Parts: sequence; structure tokens; C-alpha cells
Amino acid sequence: MTELVAVEGQPRIGVLDGEQRDGRVRSMVRLYATLARTSIMEQFQYRAANYFYMIGMITEPVIYLVVWSTIARQQGGDIDGYTAGTFAAYYIVWTLVRNMNIVFTPFGWEERIREGTLSAQLVRPIHPIHYDLGSFAGYKLVVIVLWLPIAGALTMIFKPELSPSVAQIATFAVAIWGAYLIRSLLLWMLGMITFWTTRVTAIFEVYFALELLLSGRLLPVALMPDWVQDLAQYLPFESTFGFPITSLVGPITNAELVEGLLRQLMWIAIGTVGVNLMWRRGVKAYTAVNG
Amino acid sequence: MADDVITVDGLGKVFEVPVRDPGLAAAFKSLVKRRRREVMAVDKVSFTIAPGEVVGFLGPNGAGKTTTLKMLSGLLHPSHGECRVLGFQPWRRQADYLQQITLVMGNRNQLQWDLPALDSFQLTRAIYRLPERPFLAQRDELIELLDIGSLVDKPVRNLSLGERMKAEIANSLLHRPQVLFLDEPTLGLDVTMQRRIRSFLADYNQRHGASVMLTTHYMADVEALCERVIVIHHGVILFDGQLRDLAERFASHKTLVVTLDEPSDLSSYGQVMEHIGTRTTLRIERNQTASVTARLLSEYDVRDLTVEDPPIDDVIELAFASGTVER
Repeated sequence: MTELVAVEGQPRIGVLDGEQRDGRVRSMVRLYATLARTSIMEQFQYRAANYFYMIGMITEPVIYLVVWSTIARQQGGDIDGYTAGTFAAYYIVWTLVRNMNIVFTPFGWEERIREGTLSAQLVRPIHPIHYDLGSFAGYKLVVIVLWLPIAGALTMIFKPELSPSVAQIATFAVAIWGAYLIRSLLLWMLGMITFWTTRVTAIFEVYFALELLLSGRLLPVALMPDWVQDLAQYLPFESTFGFPITSLVGPITNAELVEGLLRQLMWIAIGTVGVNLMWRRGVKAYTAVNG
Repeated sequence: MADDVITVDGLGKVFEVPVRDPGLAAAFKSLVKRRRREVMAVDKVSFTIAPGEVVGFLGPNGAGKTTTLKMLSGLLHPSHGECRVLGFQPWRRQADYLQQITLVMGNRNQLQWDLPALDSFQLTRAIYRLPERPFLAQRDELIELLDIGSLVDKPVRNLSLGERMKAEIANSLLHRPQVLFLDEPTLGLDVTMQRRIRSFLADYNQRHGASVMLTTHYMADVEALCERVIVIHHGVILFDGQLRDLAERFASHKTLVVTLDEPSDLSSYGQVMEHIGTRTTLRIERNQTASVTARLLSEYDVRDLTVEDPPIDDVIELAFASGTVER
């Protein structure tokens, strides 16, 4: 039988067979490790599909790369300092950052609520965001391994100019995970709109269009008109895409690297507060009518 | 009672549903003015459940069974009334509460589709922060009781519906919950698999003293597992008591099967339901059971005679039809 003990006035907390449950931090580390491991095992089941998916995904940056490289050559070798080699570096790193940007989508949220899978998560003693963060983090580890040969092939074809400093490499290694976290939080907030209404696909599309233009996905933000660059300063999109790429490809100073990381930290804080506020209200709405 | 695991007092749930008339004009009208109607899914139900008790929660589709279970497991916020499970208010969904309950829905699953169930069990261990030794002990016990040793290392997608359900049940009990909310756990399973799951649940209840609330449409589940049943219809409790008292309350008749030495017309003793050779099945008024039996025994050479309550399915149907509210 489960022994039950009273703690801090709470009715009862389970201690199984006389053994205390794992502590909060240790159990959270174990949860993330297990989620990541589970996700990696799942991805192995679909290794061929994953590879084809990644190969399909490089079409978009290769088109951008060819177009901008051609324009750079026609303009005498560069556009505002971006040469064909810089563009090649930018869009090859782009392929990895794009994969780091794949998170649980608002469309998944729609399904989660429509199919009732959220209910199954709500009766378990862990916030559902941990499932998504841990699972997709595991997926990223697979992606990074699969990406290496693709990056190698693109490097041989497009000859990128890339000579990052140690500080840039270190910043990049942190920034891609920062980007992952920010985008996860942003798309969680966007997805949670489905707590109140199910017809939100149009809102998602507007968001993705803004993101495409203001994140550095379509082209480096530094090449955009000044007013777009100013606007991008106040929005989170560049922290999820342009900054991680530029941190490795440059040109960037050490001060800008620190500033970029601090900016990411700020968006993580804002995202965390936003997710918590929306989650509380959203679950209240959900448990009032749906369950 | 202070020791009750579940106490429900005047619990209710009202849903607001949008309504509109058919046709284009009504569609335009609904753009500016939305009409809503209140639907009372559960209406002031009250009951208590003691530690270790297994209670069948019965009712037709839309009666309010699942809504009640969802309120008790914390998935729905009640519109009115009070409920406490293990001393917690379920809708707060505190981690300490969720670690002590489980909700199994026959049509939902928690197992990872592409992986063997053993991998999902590890994930469940991490979610419930289970120490290794008790986790392994519980896991192995569940695997043995459910006889799934040969299944847990196969990807879940390769299991049959019944096999998957057994693995789901094992997964949902790894944290050794004190309260089990089971919403049609045998839904869609064949008779053998239903029997296996029933016997497992009975065994689990015996071993761990867990309290169980079970909704099902299979009366065999109820007869095998529940001494007590709560019958709910249109959100209102019609009956709360021992299963054996259900027939007495709702069935005004009994079934009498008598086999005589030679064929005889017994229509004067009751309504003849079936007559095959020397064997006759009669439907008789409950309060005349003793006198009819005595007359038959004194007037005929009776080779065999049995008196039975009508099948439980019929009794439940009679309960729904009666609409009598027990308060």
C-alpha cells in the first residue's frame, strides 16, 4: 500500500514504499532527459522520412541564396557588404536555425483541443509545456546530426565565407537554443488562442507573414529598409532567426553578441510571463466548457 | 463521513451552447445576435465514496456520467456545489492531487504510438517522479497481473485494441493511484479481453485498497466489480445503493423458470414468456412470487424451479424509464 504523509498542511503526499519521490530539480532534469530520449527514439522510427523532409526544406534557402548571390555579383560583388560568399554562409547556417525554429505549432494546438489530448495532459502532474519543450529538444538533437552532411554538401557547392571567432561560436551555440525557447513560447501563446476560438488559422497566417519579413528568414534584416530594421528592434522575431545566424556569420562585434543574448533573455522572460498569464486564463475557459 | 475518499455535495454543471434556427436569414441574424441555451449536464448530485469502494456509475449516453468524472478528476470546473477527492478540490489540479488519482478513458491513450510500452512507462515514471525501486516493483506487478509480458516490448501501433488497452491501464496505474476514475475501460473490447480487465481491476482493488468509480455500458462489468451502483439520468441521480437492491426497486416482476414432469398450461400463474416442452418461463409480479411458487409446488410434480430477478440490463432500462428521483 502507498504510505501517505501530511506535509505543510497539505492533505497527503505520496511516498512510495517508504521511498521519497525525486526532488523537483532532479525530477525535472530526468523528465527532460526522458522526453528528449523518447523523442529521439521516435525520430529513429522515421529516419528516412526525416531526411527527405530536411532535404525538402533546403529548397527555400537555396532559392534565396541563388537570387541574392546573383544580385550581389550584378552589383559589383556585394550588397551592403554581403558578398556571394557571405550570403552562402548566411543561408547554410539558416538551414540549421530554421530547424531549431520548428516547435509545437498553433495547428497542433487546434488538434490538441479538438481531439481532447490536452485533457489527458491536464490530469498529469506536470505542466504540458514541458512535454513540448522536452520532446522537440530531443528532435533537435537528431536534426543537428542529420544536418551536418547536408551542410557539408552545401558548403562544397556554394563556397561560404565563414571565419567565426570563439566568442561567435559560443554565442551561436547558446543563441540557437534561445531561439528555440523564444519561438516555442511565442507559438504556445499563439496556439493558446484556440482556448477561446477554434477559427484562428487566419491569425496564424498573419503572424507567419510578419515573421518571414521581420526575422531575417527572407533576407538579412541588415539589408531591409531602415524603418523595417527599427521596427524589428521592438519585436521578437529577429531573436529567433536573424540574430543566431548573424552571431556566427557576422559581421558582429562582441558587444553586439552580448546585446543579442540579453535581448533573447528579455524575450524569454516576456514569453514566460505571457504563457503563464494566457495558460491560467485559457485553462479556466477550457475547464469551464470543454474538459 | 470524514474518512470518505470522495464527497460530492450538490454538484452541478451547466453548459452554455450556441443555438440558431436553420437557413440563411438565421445565419445572418446570428452574426449580430448570438443566442445561447443553458444545458444542465449534471444537476445537484450528492454522494460519498469510501476508501476501497468500487462504485458503478451508470446511465445512458448524455446522462452526465463523463461530466461528473471530469469534474472529479479536475478537468471541468463545477458550476455549483462542492466536491472533494482525497481532501483536495479537484478543479485546482494540484500536483499532489494528480499524483494520487488516475483517469482512464476507453477512447483516449497516453502511450507513445511508435514506441514499445516500456518506453512510455519510463516517461510516466519521470512525470510522476517515481523512485526506481517502487516503480520497477509496480511495473512488474502490473505486467504480471495483466499478462502483458510479451507485449510491452512491441511498438504500441502493432498491438490490437485490447492489448493496447491493457498496456494503457498498466501505464495509468504505475504511480499507484488511490482513486481510479474509469470511463468505459472495456469499450470495444471482445468478451475475453473484457473479462481479463475486469478480473485485473478486482485484483488491483483487493491488493491496493484503491477506490474506483467506473462508468460502463457493459452490465457484466458492473456485476463483476460493483456492489454499489449510482444510476444517473438527465444529470440527476435516480438510484444510489447496492446492486442487488436495484432490481427490487425498479423491477416489479421476477422471472420464474419451472420444469414439470409433463407439458402443462401455466398461463393462470403468470405471463408465459417461453414454453419449450416441459419447461416454462413465467413473468410474475414480485409480491406474488412466494404464493405462485407455493401453488406450483403443491399442484404439480416439479422437477426444477428457479426464481430470478430480470437481467440487470432490463432493470437499468426500467430505472431510466421510471425517472424516479432518489434524494
